[in-house]
Amino acid sequence: MITAHRQPSATADWILVVLFSAAVLTMPWWLAPFGANYPDLMQKFAIYGVFAIGFNILFGLTGYLSFGHAAFLGAGSYAAVWCFKLLSMNILPAIVASVCVAGVFAFLIGFISLRRSGIYFSILTLAFAQMSYNLAYSVLTPITNGETGLQLSLSDPRVVDAALGISTGRSLPSTTLFGIKMSGMPGFWFCAVVLIIAFFIALRITRSPFGMMLRAIKSNQTRMKYTGFNTRPYLIWAFVISGMYAGLAGGLLSVTDPLAGAERMQWTASGEVVLMTILGGAGTLIGPVLGASLIKYFENIFSAINTRDLNQMFDGLPEGLQDFAVSTVGLFVGDGWHLTLGLMFMIVVIFLPGGIMEGVRRIARLFKRDKTASAPVQAPAPSAGQG
Amino acid sequence: MDAIFLQVLNGLDKGGAYALIALGLTLVFGTLGVVNFAHGALFMLGAFCAVTLQKVLTISTKVKDESITFFEAFKEVPILEAKFPVVGGFIVDWSVPFAILAAIPIMLVVGLVMERGLIRHFYKRPHADQILVTFGLAIVVQEIIRHYFGANPIPQSAPDAFSGSANIGALFGLGESVVYPWWRLIYLAFAGLIIAGVFAFLQFTTFGMVVRAGMQDREMVGLLGINIQRRFTIVFGLAAVVAGLAGVMYTPILPPDYHMGMDFLVLSFVVVVVGGMGSLGGAVLAGFLLGILQSFASMTEVKSVIPGIDQIIIYLVAVVVLLVRPRGLLGRKGVMED
Repeated sequence: MITAHRQPSATADWILVVLFSAAVLTMPWWLAPFGANYPDLMQKFAIYGVFAIGFNILFGLTGYLSFGHAAFLGAGSYAAVWCFKLLSMNILPAIVASVCVAGVFAFLIGFISLRRSGIYFSILTLAFAQMSYNLAYSVLTPITNGETGLQLSLSDPRVVDAALGISTGRSLPSTTLFGIKMSGMPGFWFCAVVLIIAFFIALRITRSPFGMMLRAIKSNQTRMKYTGFNTRPYLIWAFVISGMYAGLAGGLLSVTDPLAGAERMQWTASGEVVLMTILGGAGTLIGPVLGASLIKYFENIFSAINTRDLNQMFDGLPEGLQDFAVSTVGLFVGDGWHLTLGLMFMIVVIFLPGGIMEGVRRIARLFKRDKTASAPVQAPAPSAGQG
Repeated sequence: MDAIFLQVLNGLDKGGAYALIALGLTLVFGTLGVVNFAHGALFMLGAFCAVTLQKVLTISTKVKDESITFFEAFKEVPILEAKFPVVGGFIVDWSVPFAILAAIPIMLVVGLVMERGLIRHFYKRPHADQILVTFGLAIVVQEIIRHYFGANPIPQSAPDAFSGSANIGALFGLGESVVYPWWRLIYLAFAGLIIAGVFAFLQFTTFGMVVRAGMQDREMVGLLGINIQRRFTIVFGLAAVVAGLAGVMYTPILPPDYHMGMDFLVLSFVVVVVGGMGSLGGAVLAGFLLGILQSFASMTEVKSVIPGIDQIIIYLVAVVVLLVRPRGLLGRKGVMED
């Protein structure tokens, strides 16, 4: 399939970055009407946004569907918490450590998994992630603290903090950025800035010749090989970069809450990031962030609704009808949130494989056609990879 | 020696479940070319057929408890048993085997509906889309089950006649200490029977011959005027029945819960890949092989040498096989090549 590819101008990209930054940084205000402007949730938006952006670099650009990305998220979390335990409560070394550990881990797994493509690749990554998950629960307990999860304790050495004379007294220390506590709003600001940087880097990667290579691999790898390109190094790099993004997200999770558990590595977590990317629109830049935020938002709203709320909601209805409505809707909220998630997943894949961004484009095209109905030639539809 | 013998049996047992699920996966993949991540959900649905039947059969009434004479005491007794003490009690006791009879039509219908309703629209879509949509379906199915049956495992009992252990040691001359649960032996025999049945069906019937021809060259069979699509749909139903029966029979061994399908699915996919995508024999062989390897790896002697090996052995084998023999053990050339 050949699609005309129009590289947007540098100015358009800068406008995109500025708009994106503005949208992210003003979140606390424009999310207020949705009841989603509290720090914990907004931190999640930003963190999972980073995760999805990274996943998109692999899946969106090269088309390689990894089902094991949660392993890197988990590895990043563990690395960050160990950093808090051993070195310092300052988050910068922890973030660096989580990115590096996840990068090395991704290189090892990618080096083997990328020997194959298509469904084999998916299953290999799934196998590696399950392997890491199982190991984290069993043999690696000294490192991961098994089911309890790795957490801070009062007896941690924290070498650097001790040398600098930073003492926390009798309570558990909290994560800081040179003295600023990283919980609540400061934590969100930090995550937001990281998200913007991550977005900017992803944009640069997408627009670079390297990004072009990755998209070429997606559209026709065989032709690439025949024209004399060795695609393997590009794929490995894409895999490592996307693993580092996942590690960064894992590190941020530990920054906002210094507790790392093995369940972050489970394959359902890998499935979640796939869904975020697909829902927003794989291959687009904004899509993954949008998908991640929407899913985290709905998860938060839907899973909090209980039967009492529902009874209140349908209070005006006649008795029998009210019970019926409550029991039907009750299927999809509260504990049943995953059902909604699964349905959403199916509906998106069936009807809108390009995700929300595809929907937006379709609507935009509809309006454009109305306006330019008399124009003899239609402008080529922008292909995936833009905005 | 005794321990090794028992581990082989354990492995064959586990391998039986893997092989049955992997067989269905391979059938679907070989005929329709669809990667079905919802196959584990079919296994789970089968198990819940047994649970439902047992629940229905044991709808209880209060009956006066004759054994307590001091005061009026009541106990819960299944209606069936209260009304027809002999036959009813027998049916309740044998609810798992009876569930097989119920599961066959149910799973067939589920399979056909799933194929016609969803899978059909995904023949031409990329494998990634197929994986994603069936993954979504699996989540939906398992969440519905969780809503109606709860999150806890629901233990099922094998019929009393098979609840004990067989003294198989004496049979093989290994000493009296080697005993093995009857039901697991029956499960093994059952798995063998089903596998043999599927192979015989494909090998010795006209229908099976056409299906095999269609797997090799679908277009040609179509050009000969055969409605290959309809046969493939029926094969999907068959695969669903196989998965469902595996689920029903597995319930006394492992109490079913809503996510058992997912747990088995991941492993079964690994089994399919190790066996060779699209190779039925490979799926069965790899199923038993990985089952045995896994049970050997969980022996304490092995674990003390390589800690944690029992957790990862299957994945490790899959990685090695894929790198050394990219097509899998018995994979054919030209199936799912890159």
